Amino acid sequence: MEYEVVIGLEVHCQLSTRSKIFCGCSTTFGNPPNSQTCPICLGHPGVLPVLNRKVVESAVMMGLATHCAITSPNVFSRKHYFYPDLPKGYQISQYDKPICEHGRVEIVVDGVPKRIGLTRIHMEEDAGKNLHEGLGASSHVDLNRAGVPLLEAVSEPDLRSPDEAVAYLKKLRNIVLYLGICDGNMERGNFRCDANISLRPRGTTKLGTKVEMKNMNSFRFLKQALEYEIKRQGQVLDEGGKIIQETRQWDTKRGVTESMRVKEEAHDYRYMPEPDLAPVVVEKIWAESLRKAMPELPDEKRERFVSRYGLSEYDADVLTASRPLADYYEAAVTVFDGDPKATCNWVMGDLSARLNEAGTDIADCPMTPGQLGGLVKLIHSGEISGKIAKTVFADMYGTDKSAAGIVKEKGLVQVSDTGAIDAIIDQVIAANPGELEAYRGGKDKLFGFFVGQVMKASKGQANPGMVNERLKEKLKG
Amino acid sequence: MEPYQWTIHEARRRLDNKDISSVELTRSVLARVKAVDGAVKAFNLVTDDRALADAADADRAIARGETGVLTGIPIALKDNMDTAGIETTCSSRILAGYKPPFDGTVPARLKAGGAVLVGKTNLDEFAMGSSTENSATGATRNPWNLERAPGGSSGGSAAAVAADMCLGSLGSDTGGSIRQPAALCGVVGLKPTYGRVSRYGLVAFASSLDQIGPFTKDVRDSALLLEAISGADPLDSTCSTRPVDDYAAALERGVKGLTIGVPREYFIKGTDPSVEKAVQASIRVLEGQGATLREISLPHTAYAVACYYLVATAEASSNLGRYDGVRYGLREEAGDLLEMYMATREAGFGTEVKRRIMLGTYALSAGYYDAYYRKAQQVRTLILRDFTKAFDAGVDLVVTPTSPTGAFRIGEKADDPLQMYLSDIFTISANLAGLPGISVPCGFDDNGCPVGLQLIGRAWDESTLLAAARAHEAQTSFHTRRPDL
Repeated sequence: MEYEVVIGLEVHCQLSTRSKIFCGCSTTFGNPPNSQTCPICLGHPGVLPVLNRKVVESAVMMGLATHCAITSPNVFSRKHYFYPDLPKGYQISQYDKPICEHGRVEIVVDGVPKRIGLTRIHMEEDAGKNLHEGLGASSHVDLNRAGVPLLEAVSEPDLRSPDEAVAYLKKLRNIVLYLGICDGNMERGNFRCDANISLRPRGTTKLGTKVEMKNMNSFRFLKQALEYEIKRQGQVLDEGGKIIQETRQWDTKRGVTESMRVKEEAHDYRYMPEPDLAPVVVEKIWAESLRKAMPELPDEKRERFVSRYGLSEYDADVLTASRPLADYYEAAVTVFDGDPKATCNWVMGDLSARLNEAGTDIADCPMTPGQLGGLVKLIHSGEISGKIAKTVFADMYGTDKSAAGIVKEKGLVQVSDTGAIDAIIDQVIAANPGELEAYRGGKDKLFGFFVGQVMKASKGQANPGMVNERLKEKLKG
Repeated sequence: MEPYQWTIHEARRRLDNKDISSVELTRSVLARVKAVDGAVKAFNLVTDDRALADAADADRAIARGETGVLTGIPIALKDNMDTAGIETTCSSRILAGYKPPFDGTVPARLKAGGAVLVGKTNLDEFAMGSSTENSATGATRNPWNLERAPGGSSGGSAAAVAADMCLGSLGSDTGGSIRQPAALCGVVGLKPTYGRVSRYGLVAFASSLDQIGPFTKDVRDSALLLEAISGADPLDSTCSTRPVDDYAAALERGVKGLTIGVPREYFIKGTDPSVEKAVQASIRVLEGQGATLREISLPHTAYAVACYYLVATAEASSNLGRYDGVRYGLREEAGDLLEMYMATREAGFGTEVKRRIMLGTYALSAGYYDAYYRKAQQVRTLILRDFTKAFDAGVDLVVTPTSPTGAFRIGEKADDPLQMYLSDIFTISANLAGLPGISVPCGFDDNGCPVGLQLIGRAWDESTLLAAARAHEAQTSFHTRRPDL
């Protein structure tokens, strides 16, 4: 049978606040276990949470960026379960009154735009981490992460393919990166997602039994896991079986999903309103000031790149898919704004290739936007040819030299002097009488030969346009 | 009169006059503790060394002329308030030996104010109870009759003041845990408006109800101690930033012109006749001072106990989840994690605490939340509305008995939790409504044990509460009576 895939994602973003959500402890990653804890995040008797205002601001900004309604007052709730990494026996989260609701995110897959509904975004605290390895028979708990702020964004089941799911996740990551509220680091789990996936016969509307897949921390794993799960569920259904509602995880080594727990084992979290925190009131004026302080978002930036720099939708989309890349491009264009399309080609072409090769992030790019802008300017003004520019680019990369400096240093300035070019052409024509005769006899193809000879003789520095022009003239005789 | 018998304001005068040093006063108090606490068992821990060190510090401060209201005054704390480096057990096995790495806000304010810490007083485990019998360290006795209970849960703090083992003490009140033992021990006990005093460092029983307040020998002391602990705290988001009144200045305002509501639902069959008689007499005293009495109705009173035991147990089941043997307190070693949790909590909690955790867990369970917890929250709103209506209609204060009986015999209600719960029937509503309440001595029952008069005021209006309590006290001498020990 043919099935329609229905996917919804729950995305967790760790916020890049300096302190935790309910106490003053640092959120820095990688310090010795339990070095960033205090009685509050350790859940000592008698302690109380105090909400970090930055967390609310981040949540509001994310809500505004995804066209959500901001709930005010919104309330925190306690989600109860016992686990050693959860110091209080409950996680402070939001339940029936999350801070953001009813939003949407635009994605484009295969050139087709689509709107994905965002059910809600809520604030919560992260748990700590149990450590089992290298400790013999005992387990230890590291509570440095306990109380680190998270936003959880839950989508509607609007995604219809693994590609859409990946596009959505990328888009959401891009938004938090633009807003600067999360570092987007997926390897560390600072940006991760759970996926709910079900199949239904194409043409029907009733949702099938869903399976929840936990903690996918890369785009690739998400895509692989969803593809695997589509195949698995399809087979089960084709054989007349039933999908069990369960939580599964992706085994990256074996490339399969495995059951973690079935629904019957699910917790009753006994949610209740958190009595230690007052409802969070987001005044209109506060939300508005946050909106004003928000940076330009990917969609807006893309549109502006198209209208202002005359870029294609595709180019603008690629450039704005990462804020550092977009920022780099704009900085380069600011240095030289005469040919935004050429600048775009250099950024997306040679520069990106070079960065990819070395596995370097654009944020750590060893070539400044100023250097690149300078290079484009030299090409545009005709001082160097595109070909020489490649050499200059290679020489400049990793140094602090300017393109003009390298051109000068190496004497690479393009020869645009008619006299000088004519002299070289005369030499070449004199040295190749046979070819000249053949050309004049109608062998037009030989024109390329002469161009090559002239360029060679000029060590590539002759202005190709002028060479063409002058050569045509001279070859006529 | 021995120094340990003084009120706080009397001791203040003597300390400021240099009639006595804080060290001498403290020695007098510690000697009194040594003499009578073997019988009363009010303290879980007497902090002798700390007390004498605090007293010496206070004497130096007094010598420098840096004197506050509490400088050099021996005070006891209920053992559910975090004191840095000093055992804080909540009278529970699960916290035996637990020394918090920090001071709660109220203990810190006392310390900063120069108070002398005498020790940590007994309570019903995690403040769950009305008799101070549910304690891992054993029952506290009522100083008026050692066969009888001091009330609870702050029975240790009430008994310590009644037996002159400190000049004042602090307790916590979730459903009457300050006012009821104050009544049963013949001292003044005040529960402030919810949010008047920081809860940071008060080990939570029911977060939306808990409030710290003073036990004192008279109303003036109550005003002084309350003022010292009240006010905004950046560590407690539920603590109000409203300015704190000058309570002492309001004390002699009297009750002339005040309308005092007498709710008919609080004068019911089941109240001990000798208690009712004492309370009625005291109401006449207030009338005699110029107050206008008005019979009122608080129609949802009958639902208060049921409502309370849903809200309080639900919050308790949540708040006590942290005692899991992982980070501090008792841990019973076992084969795996789940067994460790179960063995630790089985061994660590007493019967009443387990009962309440189960009740609360049930009330919050999927499918029951709406019927129990949500419904209780709605009833809570109705109870508050009853009071608001009365206040809006011109009532300044509501007067009631604090407890339906005087001190009951130890063991008498221990096997009947429902009977025990009814001991708080008159005090619970003030917690549910977040209102301030005070219990003052107003006579003695047929057993010769003290009876308390409760006054409930408008939110944030502790001043009127204290002024009325003082007006009553000025015309009576019950507060001057002390048990023979």
